[in-house]
Formats: sequence, structure tokens, C-alpha cells
Amino acid sequence: MKNTILLITLLSSFITGFAQAETSTVKNLLTVYSTQGATTADAQQGKLLWQKTFPGKGEFVDRSCTNCHTDDLTQTGKHIKTNKPIKPMSPSVNPQRLTSVKKINKWFKRNCKWTMGRECTAQEKADILVYIENESKF
Amino acid sequence: MKSTIALSSIIFTVGILSIPMVWSDNDFRWEKIGNKSSALATTTNPVYKEECGSCHMAYPPGLLPAKSWNKLMSELEHHFEDNAELDVQTAQSISQYLLTNSAEQTHSRDAVKFFQSIESSQTPIRISDIPYFKHEHDEIPQRMVIKNPEVKSFSQCNACHAEAEQGYFNEHEVNIPGFGQWDD
Repeated sequence: MKNTILLITLLSSFITGFAQAETSTVKNLLTVYSTQGATTADAQQGKLLWQKTFPGKGEFVDRSCTNCHTDDLTQTGKHIKTNKPIKPMSPSVNPQRLTSVKKINKWFKRNCKWTMGRECTAQEKADILVYIENESKF
Repeated sequence: MKSTIALSSIIFTVGILSIPMVWSDNDFRWEKIGNKSSALATTTNPVYKEECGSCHMAYPPGLLPAKSWNKLMSELEHHFEDNAELDVQTAQSISQYLLTNSAEQTHSRDAVKFFQSIESSQTPIRISDIPYFKHEHDEIPQRMVIKNPEVKSFSQCNACHAEAEQGYFNEHEVNIPGFGQWDD
């Protein structure tokens, strides 16, 4: 019994820990984006951008975030080229998401360039970030 | 009676001892049993696994020579139709790992075969373009790989070679999704 309580306490502190890390990571990044010209982050705009299709070259002419991540952030995605599974984007089902600034910067850079052919603006990043963070409300 | 037991023991012992010889056409398994250093079995580098392995199988670095890894690492922005840019520090760390374990640095017989089949004027960046790779896969029909939605490409080693990421490509353990065991 004692062990169970200990386990539950430990597990909940882990989850709370992730949730706190996620909240502060997003908050910090939104502050950075605001110094780069972003106004209030809009999750609805983020969702629209997530689902928008952009013209691409070569093998993949229709490019969108949903190509690999699907349009349901709580679902496991699949790399369009390699088939490799991609863990869900939503922190509600994958608490490790949005906890590392380094990872967020890396993937924004790579994936904006692949999908849109250019880097995302600070506003676009802010919108997508709050969309992913609050997906369950949309 | 005694001599029968002695004879049986000899036959049994010889039988046991010959198992590795029977398997000796399989270099990777042989190395596993012989506990030799297998440079193909080195996809353990955490940075490499994280950065490269998040999109595709972390290919054993012994499958490509240093010149190929150098070329590939210098073109990450256009990486097989994907963008795989890395920050300078991470890229350097991965390059160092790849070059330390490239085909030239391994003594695994198959790694040597991969390396030796590449013409000196060529710098392949696609493992499946290497002549030895092609030779080893030339009997496999398209419907099993390219037209097989569960495989899609010869680049997905681990779709059929379950232990590919660990550097083992035993031809007797090939299992093609939807088609089952493949043994030539």
C-alpha cells in the first residue's frame, strides 16, 4: 500500500514536472517570438496553418504538416517518406512534447522549410505552438 | 558398450563444434558468436540515434565509406528530399562518430565487401546504390519491396531485417512483411 502511494506520488510528480516544463518552455518561446514581431498567439490560426497545403517539388507536390503528423495531434503520425512512426504532437497524450526549446527550434526550422519552402515567421511559430499546446480545445 | 558411448560422445562433440562452421557463411552471426568486434553493430551513439534515427533507421556507419558520410553530412539541407539541418556542434559530433566507424574502419567481412565494391571515382550517399548491396538484393521482386506498402523502399532495411539497426543482416532471418520468410 505504502509502495503504491509512493509510486503514485512519483508518477504524478513526473507528469506535473513535464507539464510545468512544457508551460514554461512555451511561455519563454512566446516571449522570444514577441521580440521578433509576433503579436498575440492565435491557436485557431495555428490550426489553419497546420492543415494548409503548400506546393512542393519532386516526389511530394502537396506539402502540409499533416503529411507526417496527421490532422489529429493526439494520434501517432508517420514519416511520409520513411514510414517511421512519429509520436503524437499533443502534450495531452505525449507529455514530453514542448519541453525542449532546442528541439522545438530544430524541428520548426527543418519542417517549415520542407513544408512551406521557407522558415516560419515568429507569428506562425507562436500560433502553431499554442495550437499544439491547447489542441484539445479545438 | 563403453566404446559405443565413447564413439557417441565424439560424434556429439564434433557435431556441436561444427555448428559455427555451418553458420560461417553468415559473417554477422559469426562475429556475434565469436565475440569479435563488429563495427557494424555500433548504432549506439545517442546523438546519432536521436538526430538521425528520429526520421529513419539509424544506419550502421560501417555501411558507407568516409567520403560518402562527408558528402551526406555536407548536404543535410537537401537530404533525400527532406530537410535534416543540424546545428554546427551536433553535426560535428555526428560526423566524428560516422567517420570513426565508417566502412574503412571496420573489419566485418560484409562491410569490407560493401566498401570494396565501390569504384574509387564514385561517392554514393545511398546505401542501396552500392554495387554489393544491389548484388545481394537482385533476386528480390519489386512487388515485395518497392510496391509493398509496408516496405516502400530498399532503404527501409529494418522492414525485413529485424536486427538491421544492431548491424545484423543475416540472410536466413529475412522476413518480408506480407510475404514472410525469404531465404535464397
